Amino acid sequence: MSGRQRVSLAVLVAALVVVSGLAATGRLRWLRDGVTTEPAAGEAWTPPRTPWGDPDLQGIYNYGTSTPLQRPPHLADKPVLSDEEAAQLQKELAYRLDRDRRDGGPQADVSRSYNDVWMDPARMRLTSDKRTSLIVDPPNGRLPPRVQRTLTPDEQRARAEQDLSTRRFNTGFMESYRDMDVGNRCIIRRRNEGGGHPYMPAIYNNMAQIFQAPGYVVIYSEMIHFSRIIPVDGRPFLPENVETWLGDPRGRWEGNALVVETRNFLSSAEVGRTGVVYGNANPKTYRIVERFTRVAPDRLHYEVTMSDPETWTQPFTILVPWNLTDEQIYEYQCQETNYDMYHWLHGARERERRGERFDPNAPDARAGDGEG
Amino acid sequence: MVGRSKLVMVVGVVAVGLASVWLAARLLEAQAPGGEASAPGRFAPYTAPRTPDGRPNLNGIWQALTTAYWDLEAHGAAQGAFPQLLGAWGAEPGGQSVVEGGVIPYRPEALARRRANFDTRTTASVPGDGTDPPLGDPELKCWMPGVPRAMYLPYPLQIVQTPDAVLMTHEFNGTSRIVRMNGPEESPVDNTFFMGWSRGRWDGDTLVIDVTSLNERNWLDRAGNYYSATAHITERLTAVSPYHISYEATIEDPAVFTRAWKISFPLYRRMEPNVQLMEFKCQPFVEELLYGRFTKKGGPDSPRRRQQ
Repeated sequence: MSGRQRVSLAVLVAALVVVSGLAATGRLRWLRDGVTTEPAAGEAWTPPRTPWGDPDLQGIYNYGTSTPLQRPPHLADKPVLSDEEAAQLQKELAYRLDRDRRDGGPQADVSRSYNDVWMDPARMRLTSDKRTSLIVDPPNGRLPPRVQRTLTPDEQRARAEQDLSTRRFNTGFMESYRDMDVGNRCIIRRRNEGGGHPYMPAIYNNMAQIFQAPGYVVIYSEMIHFSRIIPVDGRPFLPENVETWLGDPRGRWEGNALVVETRNFLSSAEVGRTGVVYGNANPKTYRIVERFTRVAPDRLHYEVTMSDPETWTQPFTILVPWNLTDEQIYEYQCQETNYDMYHWLHGARERERRGERFDPNAPDARAGDGEG
Repeated sequence: MVGRSKLVMVVGVVAVGLASVWLAARLLEAQAPGGEASAPGRFAPYTAPRTPDGRPNLNGIWQALTTAYWDLEAHGAAQGAFPQLLGAWGAEPGGQSVVEGGVIPYRPEALARRRANFDTRTTASVPGDGTDPPLGDPELKCWMPGVPRAMYLPYPLQIVQTPDAVLMTHEFNGTSRIVRMNGPEESPVDNTFFMGWSRGRWDGDTLVIDVTSLNERNWLDRAGNYYSATAHITERLTAVSPYHISYEATIEDPAVFTRAWKISFPLYRRMEPNVQLMEFKCQPFVEELLYGRFTKKGGPDSPRRRQQ
């Protein structure tokens, strides 16, 4: 084995290094240009069609952005910013997100050591429509309140186990691989990053390539190399008992939009600390409808509506622009180069060997809220 | 728009009708008794339906039906790695060689590693545990299976063909690779990718794929056959009937083999109504195998705890 491969890269990958090389210039470009503007209102643009007549969504896209999921409270009355406000906010966000700055002291430097080489520069930029939240409905740009109800004894037990598991993880006393979340385990993206879908902006790998053939749309996500094959030929869903991590999608065309419904998600009990669908919703009652529409020569609108009457008091819709990019998709290795699993588990056993013990009430145990 | 799509539909229906008549004629031809074309492994001359850009249409769900995933070379039936647990479930069916000439032309000194691979095929090392090179069959560990191994695993694959790129996506672990068409672009790195850096071009009606930048962790089968990071693979895919693709891969790697060698077998079109690739995310299936030895005894996933 070559020396190069002994270098501990937790997540691939020479490819990332290459991407980040491109990224450096990309970031400069973003910061220089600031917020881009929409085509003039009313400007007619007819989205392309494939030779067989379907809307043509194909291309390589990046959906990274710094626009927050929920509208910050101090912008409650500002769904959209002016050019000046957007430029200012983008500058502030870019500063906050910059992991290469050295103005926070040694402790901050250490926490930023997973630095900008690894990050997607697209995460530094607001969406081009200058919105203050990715959520477009409800109109306040906030997630709807969660349903308040009494948990069943089974749910209470599951919640308590999840809580304890999170505390073990946070204090470095992982008992098992099941104390890692689904992203650490290289199964799917963490669900607060969309778990594969919904496609939600994250710190890196916001890349997807869309392929089409008659009867199919395939969305290839770079992260954890996942090809989501969406039949658009009217076939039925798989039977309910077939449960999957990423669901079973079915698409249809509505005008220029591809509309995708996805079902057959694994029930939470199967998936350890973190559930398989957004917001730790109930996979049985969770519904997700996605709409993909080309809106400009270089942009596709990704709108996703999620609902679960057991989890949220109303459905909500998120709009994330996907921007065409001239960057490439590279092979994403995950479990093949997952050093974290060994280091965490072996590290925990080593600490036990030295007499350290898990303390669920340690200050850094900070139980999560189940959001992954 | 309605008028146009109706026109497209009508043209399509007529085209399909003509194609069926033509196809029926070809099938009759192919089935002519005593004709050479009816011999196994031979196909009558065939012109595949075209994509809109005029290339043979390889779209579809395909699967190899060999036992090459056990061993590329000829092999008799054998018990599996854990006969005491899995009996006939885990046993290896016999199979004929898919290697041209029958035998892989290893350099004499390279055969030792194949034997070592086989002997340690179920000893699964994990990244970070200090084992170098890694031990255990990558398939067993749910790693990306590599090229050409992905093409003959006992799982289907789907081809999505566009003028600029051909996506090959495999049921096993959702592994995918993008074949970049007609692009001069060299791989940005060497010795890196499990699925290689694939560049495609059309040689007449054959899709030729040039695969480089493979890494040295790939195996070719469960028997421990392997190549090194200097491997260069050339694949050729030719539609030879509506239901078959002829698949060939030539493997060159002077570090391991005395000469280039070739494997070939048909890919069969999956014909079941509504057939689709199913999700096979094997990572959760191998966690106990890989990481069980590092879990806390009596933890939630130890066999002892689970039996209670």
